[in-house]
Amino acid sequence: MLLEVKDLNVYYGAIHALQGISFDLEEGEIVTLIGANGAGKSTTLKTISGLLRPRTGTVRLRGEDLTSMPAQNIVKRGMVHVPEGRKIFAPLTVQENLEMGAYTRKDKAEIEGNMARAFKSFPRLKERMNQLGGTLSGGEQQMLAIGRGLMAQPKVLLLDEPSMGLAPILVEEIFAIIKAINAEGVSVLLVEQNALMALSIAHRGYVLETGTIMLSGTGQELLENPRVQSAYLGH
Amino acid sequence: MAQASISQKSSLAARRPGARFAWIGQGFLLLLALGVVYILVTSFLKDPMLFAQVVLSGLQLGFVYALIALGYTMVYGIVRLINFAHGDVFMVGAFVSYYAVARFQLHLWPQLVLKGLSPGAAVVIGSVTVMLLSMLVCMALAVVIERVAYKPLRDAPRIAALITAIGVSFFLEYYGALNFVFSPRFIPYQRPFEVVTFYVNNGIHQLQPGQAPPSGSLLFSNIFLIIMVASIGMQVVLQYLVRRTKIGKAMRASSVDKATARLMGINVDGIISFTFALGAAFAGLGGVLYAIAYPSINTLMGVLPGLKAFVAAVLGGIGSIPGAFVGALIMGQAEALTMGYISTPMRDAVAFTILILVLLVRPRGIFGEPEQEKA
Ligand SMILES: Nc1ncnc2c1ncn2[C@@H]1O[C@H](COP(=O)(O)OP(=O)(O)O)[C@@H](O)[C@H]1O
Ligand SMILES: [Mg+2]
Repeated sequence: MLLEVKDLNVYYGAIHALQGISFDLEEGEIVTLIGANGAGKSTTLKTISGLLRPRTGTVRLRGEDLTSMPAQNIVKRGMVHVPEGRKIFAPLTVQENLEMGAYTRKDKAEIEGNMARAFKSFPRLKERMNQLGGTLSGGEQQMLAIGRGLMAQPKVLLLDEPSMGLAPILVEEIFAIIKAINAEGVSVLLVEQNALMALSIAHRGYVLETGTIMLSGTGQELLENPRVQSAYLGH
Repeated sequence: MAQASISQKSSLAARRPGARFAWIGQGFLLLLALGVVYILVTSFLKDPMLFAQVVLSGLQLGFVYALIALGYTMVYGIVRLINFAHGDVFMVGAFVSYYAVARFQLHLWPQLVLKGLSPGAAVVIGSVTVMLLSMLVCMALAVVIERVAYKPLRDAPRIAALITAIGVSFFLEYYGALNFVFSPRFIPYQRPFEVVTFYVNNGIHQLQPGQAPPSGSLLFSNIFLIIMVASIGMQVVLQYLVRRTKIGKAMRASSVDKATARLMGINVDGIISFTFALGAAFAGLGGVLYAIAYPSINTLMGVLPGLKAFVAAVLGGIGSIPGAFVGALIMGQAEALTMGYISTPMRDAVAFTILILVLLVRPRGIFGEPEQEKA
């Protein structure tokens, strides 16, 4: 088991945001977490990446308990969280943003190789290399956010709503990129509100409702599930 | 008709409260500016050499304030805290060098240990050692202050940390004033090297002890040169660090968004400690140089330079490193020109007048960006 999340309970003060969530991610998979606004998707990712502490429950990566590990050490273990809303460092240049993604990497040559690869996958970033991150368009910022995440050479990528606020053509592009990243051996935990797209590229999926997992299954199963169809696919 | 004009008036007022009276404020500022320009121009014309002398003394103050102001602005940039204890770290820097020199003769170690060193080199190495020691102690002190006093309040409302900073400041000042710590007295400072004065009059000449400078010459000292080089040098070092190095970029990233910085693998707590340490190193160096230039030290000596450096940082645009430098040079000039041409007791009042004017006219300062409050 690559990533194993067991019985997470997370609170914001008195708000019980995650009420006993368990799921897992196998090597090489794309697993998606779908759910409405406020269901607890971002809270789940933040807990896995160490930004939030669960009151109870565990997060294990290849068997190692990450539950009380600081976020920066989790990155070193090969798991990277690309947050909701891109969170580009606006006053840093595109190149500096990418360098920050490689913060935990020591090998200069390897960092340069990864930077070249990022520019190859996202040619638009290369043109804007010395531009400030805050001046990029939404789609470019999302590419930068993903490229920045990849600079750490993760084995597990946590993506929080990468398609949010993007034009349909860009959404297609982003999902194609996610599939390509996965094809190179990176396991992906994908949080999405765009259930149709997410379920069509995912191996498996979980449906989150107000802090609990209501349904799970393969992408295909969930796409065909009548409850999913009526609540998330607009049928 | 009457209805319409009333609603128009109230919408104007809503757009900018007190806008109807803005011209009074603007007129006042204009008069003030004209007055200042008048005094400067007439003073310059009356005696250009004296004017240059005053500007020089203002530069000396300004360069010291710049060393302190960098710490205010860096710390504000990363934790949005005005660290009011910063001026007291400056004071501790001066006292550490005092003990190192007066009690332990640390500045003499090169003569004792390194045989065959030229006397000049020995003085330089000895003095630099004293400065480095002060900087190191100040760095350690600032890191401890941050850990103990500010870190537990990082998620508390900002006012809590601000009040704590004032508390830490009083703590350092009044525990420092205890007899078995630094004592409450003004202590004559013993310099690690001699002051040499030069005068400019058909070339640069060294002023011999007991010699009166020929009238109409411009005086400056080796201390002025050292303060200038140190202040500009540290500014350059800091610019390089923040723009070019990995840790500097991590400082900038952390100042924008701490959570996302952590997702990059940045140890944000470590970066914050580093920022406090860096600011304290500059302040510690400033404290030593200030004490060498104005050789009487006291546990309250950091209060006014600290506040003036704070005003300098606000004037330059808090959070901006070049802003702190430019603001400090302006503060130095304002103070020296006030002393030279208005009245010496006004030197401190003028700093706070500038603070009020900045807050009224351009609260974000010269280089500052408009503050975006986090949602
Ligand atoms: N910082 C916070 N403080 C208090 N409540 C929060 C905070 N962040 C999220 N919540 C609440 O936790 C629940 C889950 O939020 P979130 O994980 O952001 O949902 P999603 O990402 O699925 O839209 C929501 O009810 C939200 O209002
Ligand atoms: Mg969310």
